[in-house]
Amino acid sequence: MTTGVPAAKTHEIESTGPGLTGAPVAAGLPPAAGFWRRFLRNRRAAIGLGLLVLFYLLAILAPVLAPHGVDEQSLATRLKPPGVSHWMGTDRFGRDILSRAMWAGQISQAVGLLSMTLSILVGILVGAVAGFHGRWADHLLSRLTETFITFPTYFIMIAIVALFGTSFLNLILVLGLTSWPLTARVVRAEFLSLKVRPFVESALATGAGKIRVMLRHILPNVVPVIVVASTLRVAYVILAEAGLSYLGFGIQPPTPSWGNMVAEGRTYLRTAWWITLFPGLFIFFSVMAYNLIGDGLRDAFDPRMGTGSRTSEKR
Amino acid sequence: MGKYLCKRLLQFIPILFGISVVSFLIIYLAPGDPTNLLVNVEILTDEELLEVRRSLGLEQPLPVQYVKMMAALLSGKLYSFETAQPTWVMILEGMPTTLALIAGSILFALVLGVPCGVMSALRPYTRMDNTLTVLSLFGISIPQFWFALMMIYLFAESLGWMPATGMFSEDPSVLPVLDVLHHLVMPVVVMGTVSLPPIVRYTRNAMMETLGQDYVRTAQSKGLPRISVVYRHALKNSLLPVVTVLGLLIPFLLGASVVVESVFALPGIGSLAISAALLRDYPVVITVNFLAAVLALTVGLFVDITYSFLDPRIRYV
Repeated sequence: MTTGVPAAKTHEIESTGPGLTGAPVAAGLPPAAGFWRRFLRNRRAAIGLGLLVLFYLLAILAPVLAPHGVDEQSLATRLKPPGVSHWMGTDRFGRDILSRAMWAGQISQAVGLLSMTLSILVGILVGAVAGFHGRWADHLLSRLTETFITFPTYFIMIAIVALFGTSFLNLILVLGLTSWPLTARVVRAEFLSLKVRPFVESALATGAGKIRVMLRHILPNVVPVIVVASTLRVAYVILAEAGLSYLGFGIQPPTPSWGNMVAEGRTYLRTAWWITLFPGLFIFFSVMAYNLIGDGLRDAFDPRMGTGSRTSEKR
Repeated sequence: MGKYLCKRLLQFIPILFGISVVSFLIIYLAPGDPTNLLVNVEILTDEELLEVRRSLGLEQPLPVQYVKMMAALLSGKLYSFETAQPTWVMILEGMPTTLALIAGSILFALVLGVPCGVMSALRPYTRMDNTLTVLSLFGISIPQFWFALMMIYLFAESLGWMPATGMFSEDPSVLPVLDVLHHLVMPVVVMGTVSLPPIVRYTRNAMMETLGQDYVRTAQSKGLPRISVVYRHALKNSLLPVVTVLGLLIPFLLGASVVVESVFALPGIGSLAISAALLRDYPVVITVNFLAAVLALTVGLFVDITYSFLDPRIRYV
């Protein structure tokens, strides 16, 4: 969303990870120690993790750390440039940009995590059924997925939000229900390749139910793919939420969100650039953090792809 | 090929039907009534109100309304609640701007992205390759609306090199065509920048694969100059996956145009979509969504056909 925009949509051509479909492992995750070592040795992934921790702390500790109140207005200090008492300046009501951006972090991260959860659940459901059941279900669901991938969902998102209202719940539903197709596609590919493996066939042969096999035998092996997809999905959803909020279709002022803070700065761009600059940096770096971690996880889950320098391997 | 084309076009029908039903339902299930926006409900009597609703066709059962609406849409007789213009006319007015933006940004991304991808592939895992990877991450993490505003601050407000918004100057000092192009530079750069990462990545990966092929080694051992091997033998054969990205990029850029046109106040499809949604101008909302679906499907089909031209090994039956 890009527009934010669904920006990430096309970029996230997610890997089905050649190595991930390799030997079926009892528990999907590789041995923990090696995994974390590989992950943290990747400098970019470590930076991403650091950034994410920082942003979470800023958001969670906003009630304690924020230097000013979120709605604390003061005519005397309106449109003040960054300085000692207001590190990131103030807006047209004299509200402190840093404090508001910290509070906005709670909203933006919550929208990101909740929509991602919804999106991933739908993606797993569609992908698993399509991949495992095959035949007509696969045909139908794959068509649906393809359509959603090619359709510019931004148009539908703004229509829905404009018509049904911009509540927090609506926003999460809209973002979650339009961003599942890429997950569905990778999960389907995994299920498709795993369901013909001997361990699945033997489980079925011993009389285990289909649903049990899907949940207990196949799903654990798909965990790495899902974890990577989830991380990248949060990045996409945060960008999309910021875009919607910027356009006025997202979180509504006076509740601060990074997107609507940037929108408020629009009018004062010439004279008070800080209102626009800083909330945008919050969006940029938190999205970046998720993307860095997602790439790092992908490499760490798949040691055959090497570490560090190969982050761009996304095909 | 003809048979394949027919099959694909037939597949469009259920998809378009689905999308039109969904957008229709979204619009009609939404709370609120478009009559409230058109007339002052307070001063009208109930009968007058009913008359207005009837004239808008809002009193009939949903399936009837749907069929009527689709018939009107396809025959070009759907009129905007707001301007009373046919919706297609409004779309056609916005089309040139949006298409120019999309074409411009794809051109920008290809001209910059393909050479970058090639360079990365020639020296993988070097400092330059890594730098490009990090830059790609910047590209996919940057919020477009914010990037656009920062460009406006820097190049329009501070330096005064570029016009901040709009398509035309009041009294252009140069040719009108150049004036429009001048206005489109920043929007195109913004949309082009976010399209760069996938182009670079796909070119790089495809190039790396091709460079490992036997015929490339043959060309090299024949003593052909490196430049000729890279560009004439390898690059040509690496462009196929790049066509795929273009197929994905076009719908993505159509979505991106919503935000970018809003920031730069350009009169395109994206701006139309926003104003229609805000005004609950149902006919326009439906037409825009329908058009977006048609466009996305056509691009997908076009990409598949291009495939078979670029790679004769791919045959559709």
